[in-house]
Amino acid sequence: MGEDTESSKVNHSFLRDYVTEADVISTVEFNHTGDLLATGDKGGRVVVFQRETVPKGELEQVGETGESGEYNVYSTFQSHEPDFDYLKSLEIEEKINKIRWLPQQNAAHFLLSTNDKTIKLWKVSERDKQPEGYNLKDEEGRVKDISTVTSLQVPVLRPTDLMVEVRPRRVFSNGHTYHVNSISVNSDGETYLSADDLRINMWHLGITDRSFNIVDIKPANMEELTEVITAAEFHPHHCHLFVYSSSKGSLRLCDMRASALCDKHTKLFEEPEDPGSRSFFSEIVSSVSDVKFSHNGRYLLTRDYLTAKVWDLHMEKGPVETYQVHDYLRTKLCSLYENDCIFDKFECVWNSSDSVIMTGAYNSFFRMFDRETGRGVTLEAWRETSKPRAVLRTRRIYTGGKRRRGDVGVDSLDFTKKILHMAWHPEENIIAIASTNNLYIFQDRSLNACAHTHTH
Amino acid sequence: MANMYSKGTKRKFFDSVDAAMDNKAVLYSRQRQSLLDMSLIKLQLCHMLVEPNMCRSVLIANTVRHIQEEMTHDGSWQLVTEAFGGSGPSDHLVATEVLCRSSALEQQGGGPKLYSVMGYDGCREEEVVTDEALCSVTFSDGAPALLGTIDHCWDRAELRMVAVEDRVIKDSGSEVESGEGAKTVMGQVFGTFEIKNGAPGSDPALEELFSAVDASYYDLDTMLTSIQSTPKMGPYNLLDSMASSHGPTSNSSCRTDLSELDHIMEIIVGS
Repeated sequence: MGEDTESSKVNHSFLRDYVTEADVISTVEFNHTGDLLATGDKGGRVVVFQRETVPKGELEQVGETGESGEYNVYSTFQSHEPDFDYLKSLEIEEKINKIRWLPQQNAAHFLLSTNDKTIKLWKVSERDKQPEGYNLKDEEGRVKDISTVTSLQVPVLRPTDLMVEVRPRRVFSNGHTYHVNSISVNSDGETYLSADDLRINMWHLGITDRSFNIVDIKPANMEELTEVITAAEFHPHHCHLFVYSSSKGSLRLCDMRASALCDKHTKLFEEPEDPGSRSFFSEIVSSVSDVKFSHNGRYLLTRDYLTAKVWDLHMEKGPVETYQVHDYLRTKLCSLYENDCIFDKFECVWNSSDSVIMTGAYNSFFRMFDRETGRGVTLEAWRETSKPRAVLRTRRIYTGGKRRRGDVGVDSLDFTKKILHMAWHPEENIIAIASTNNLYIFQDRSLNACAHTHTH
Repeated sequence: MANMYSKGTKRKFFDSVDAAMDNKAVLYSRQRQSLLDMSLIKLQLCHMLVEPNMCRSVLIANTVRHIQEEMTHDGSWQLVTEAFGGSGPSDHLVATEVLCRSSALEQQGGGPKLYSVMGYDGCREEEVVTDEALCSVTFSDGAPALLGTIDHCWDRAELRMVAVEDRVIKDSGSEVESGEGAKTVMGQVFGTFEIKNGAPGSDPALEELFSAVDASYYDLDTMLTSIQSTPKMGPYNLLDSMASSHGPTSNSSCRTDLSELDHIMEIIVGS
């Protein structure tokens, strides 16, 4: 097996820079309290960051309230390894597509991580005590010669340096023929769903050899395939509801109480196409790349190539809000199709109060939209090495009219610097932005945003 | 733009408005063709070490279908098939909706023969569709909106049709071809996602592959009818009779197989 990985490295070096490619972050997720932040990368590794707790005395000195610690590396582990499908003679990438945390039930933390085929449940726990004084083993763990044991002692737990242990607790394999794009933990705390291009399965967290198929859109004849599933999520409160999005731009809300197989949706959310703006690229840009329920469970946020939309669960005929993320790209769709950028899948997130939505763009830009005012702002995930606590700059794209200093022209946008993955702290205004192999964490301290960064 | 009309054709005076319309039509057709070529190449390049992204493949395939439908609608598809001497591709499998449309058109009398969405299998390297042919394309009203989205990057993206055919023909050269049974590239693209299960007759692609094979060899009825007199049909007798009904060359290979089978049976039985 060692030889196999060796040869695959040699092969890939012709196509890409293998070392840095593995460091590209492919998913970011806060846990339910926001104290932990997990990132997954293309090399199959997961890095968990922990927010440092600032002692109260220091906090009062600085004049700030609440926790205001930075995120430091807590644990790193290899979640998935490259694999090979012998039946199809194809490699299975170790890239982590999604990470989702389970709600915390005891001192340990659990997260689900998935690549294209296999989902794993990891237990992250701390150990700050160690048993010492074994009778049959010495301090290094070697078995003692019994003849040297002259007395009995009771092993005791002694405090040690903090160790973070990560162990795989469950491996959910062989559930998917196609590539897994989403996982979502149910509010019941016992089940979760995993979605691939054509099917959605529901698993019990404790059972790895069985899963229930709840959606199947595979046509009898694969040549008739025209639509795939792009994302899926459980409702935050109602354990029987989930939503999935498609490459044709539609959303389907399904109720698992209605039937075992939820091929028939309970609600179909679709925006009728504007016939005047129809083009060869209409369908591609309407493909939904991400869908997220709002925290209050009343709205859905979707991202397609050019816009972010907010949908009211009670209104199926169209979104209630549409935000143009980078409309200046509308005339560039041909080039973007040519270089495949039109297939980039951007994520979108809500803030804790569901009043602001955020999504990524190109040139290391990302956008935030205030739902109350409808106004958007463009920010840049950019590291200035001289200033560890740089203030986020507002950027503008020049699309005509009076050009201001600092405006960026559309033709000078760097399409290799894409902000695809991001996360928003569940309670505070802290955001995590992934830009290739860099992770930016921005915290809102009073009116200014401060940044610190991590590089894989 | 004016040089488009300078290739040896004499033209009489015509309305300048018409000229502008024709210019747009030609440009649009070229751009659309270029998009089609680009899309087909993108699908062809799917075969990498890792399984291709299905969402991307589906979206590109849908784009190709869309272009194909539109080209059928304004009649330019017929020009393309005529340029390739048209008869071969019509035998190939097409996507269902396209197939339905083509049969409807044929009922109207000589509708265009449609390519399968992917398979240019069997299309010969014919002359490139000339500028004149493109010039005569009718220009439907719906197209102006489309022009706006196709920007001037096309010059860089322009692909010669012959080059595309070459590539497609080479790629398809290794496929099994048997009249109607040729696999489409669409099947190839989505086929890699499939694990073909063993249930006979359940997979149309497999059925096509084996359609050329004489299935009667394995048909019990045929076998039994060809065996006239042998009363008991032990396994070796069956093989003997099958071998004898299929000529000398296969006979000898069957004989060696039989001796191997004997050997294996001995091991199993332990005698």
